[in-house]
Amino acid sequence: MKLWNKLMCYCRSHSPWLFHMNSGSCNGCDIEIVAALSPRYDAEQLGVRLEGSPRHADILCVTGPVTHNAVGAIKTVYGQVYGPKAVVAIGSCPATTNVFIDSRTLAGPLHKHIPVDVFVPGCPPRPDAIILGVAKAAGILAARGSTLPVADAEPEIVGDPGENCISCACSSTEVQA
Amino acid sequence: MMTPEVWNSLTTALARLLIFPGLLFAVPAAWFFLWVERKAVARMQGRIGPPFMQPFFDFIKLLGKDSPRRTGVGGLLMKVWPLIAVSAAAGAVGLLPVLPASGGFQGDLILLLALLEVPSMCIIAAGFSSRSIFGEIGSAREAVLSVSYNVVFLLAIISIAASQHTFSLSALAALPASPLRWLGIAAILVCLPAKLHLNPFSLPNAEQEIYSGPMVEYAGPELAMWELSHGLEWVAATGLVATLIAPAFTLWWVAALVFVALSFGLVLLLSVVAAATARLQIDTTVRFYWQCTIIFAVLAVASALFMRFKA
Repeated sequence: MKLWNKLMCYCRSHSPWLFHMNSGSCNGCDIEIVAALSPRYDAEQLGVRLEGSPRHADILCVTGPVTHNAVGAIKTVYGQVYGPKAVVAIGSCPATTNVFIDSRTLAGPLHKHIPVDVFVPGCPPRPDAIILGVAKAAGILAARGSTLPVADAEPEIVGDPGENCISCACSSTEVQA
Repeated sequence: MMTPEVWNSLTTALARLLIFPGLLFAVPAAWFFLWVERKAVARMQGRIGPPFMQPFFDFIKLLGKDSPRRTGVGGLLMKVWPLIAVSAAAGAVGLLPVLPASGGFQGDLILLLALLEVPSMCIIAAGFSSRSIFGEIGSAREAVLSVSYNVVFLLAIISIAASQHTFSLSALAALPASPLRWLGIAAILVCLPAKLHLNPFSLPNAEQEIYSGPMVEYAGPELAMWELSHGLEWVAATGLVATLIAPAFTLWWVAALVFVALSFGLVLLLSVVAAATARLQIDTTVRFYWQCTIIFAVLAVASALFMRFKA
């Protein structure tokens, strides 16, 4: 039984299937996710597969600052992913709402609505940072098993924030806890 | 009363179903072929691709995921379809006459074709029982597709069987390939991408348009069973072509080795074609099978029957 659990843990961390969800993003982070799967970065070496249905996925990748319209959809899709699951917030928007802060159309940041495991800040983050974030999330997911994530656990922050925030002057280091 | 012959044929049948070319060989082979498919596509795109054990990791991971609670008759059916698909595909693999003199019977070709058809019917039924709009579109596409490619597929098989006067797989495998058989094999090869849902005919499971179609509501162990049945379909379909191509060997290990090598070559060929092409529209696909390829299939059958009456 212990051997089986060990094998399961190993397989979980080596086969992260992603579901990509846009919650009002400018499309910058979305094309970086696609770039992470492209020949130059080739995330499939880690077993990453971009799935069409949230039912098949293990890791939910959310981009965008979470508009009011997107909140219901995010909660629905998060419920549709079967456990064990993890959430990666990609870009500065889901972490801090970025340049759209205090906008009346936003309900963000993301961790007010669903538990987030890994933040990948950047505007947009580099594809290698996204791959690192997904790999960290796969490790978290493997260790977690079928228990549900804790809402106020300390999230991971990966990549080099403040490196390439191209749309604003913010350093995007201040992830609102 | 168990006579020794009955006992003997029963043990042979069990060994073929469970060991070679049945489950013990077919499940690792299915994973291997799924890996070859992904790796070939990756190499064609200039990527490195997934590690060797990837389909195994995926399978075990899916087994360990939570599965949806399904209730009522619809839920029961949704649970049952992937299991039927896996068992039918495994049975089809078990029928392949890989080892010489491993026993077979007149008409096992027909049984093999029927078993090969079961997974695609299960996919159609699964899409409709999932009640998802994407699943239903995928199922409708699968139904239309199977109506178009199966005519060509069956005509090709009939032409091969008619030209060599037998419906027994082991007899077909033992006979040398005639020019007419090569025509039939070419027709089968044209149908295989549609049967295995590969580009350019990957319409039912189109992941960009209809979110993987009939599989959209499946998760966890049930999805693992679908992946396995897809892999077993790979083994059965390429194995059928491999037995038709392979010359007869008396040494069992040479026969087994040639069978595996030929299947591997076919998987590589189909994956490369899949990576090099884009998905066609459903009406283009149907027109392709009904207008372009059916002519060759009809020609093959007509000449097979003609030669039979002449002989």
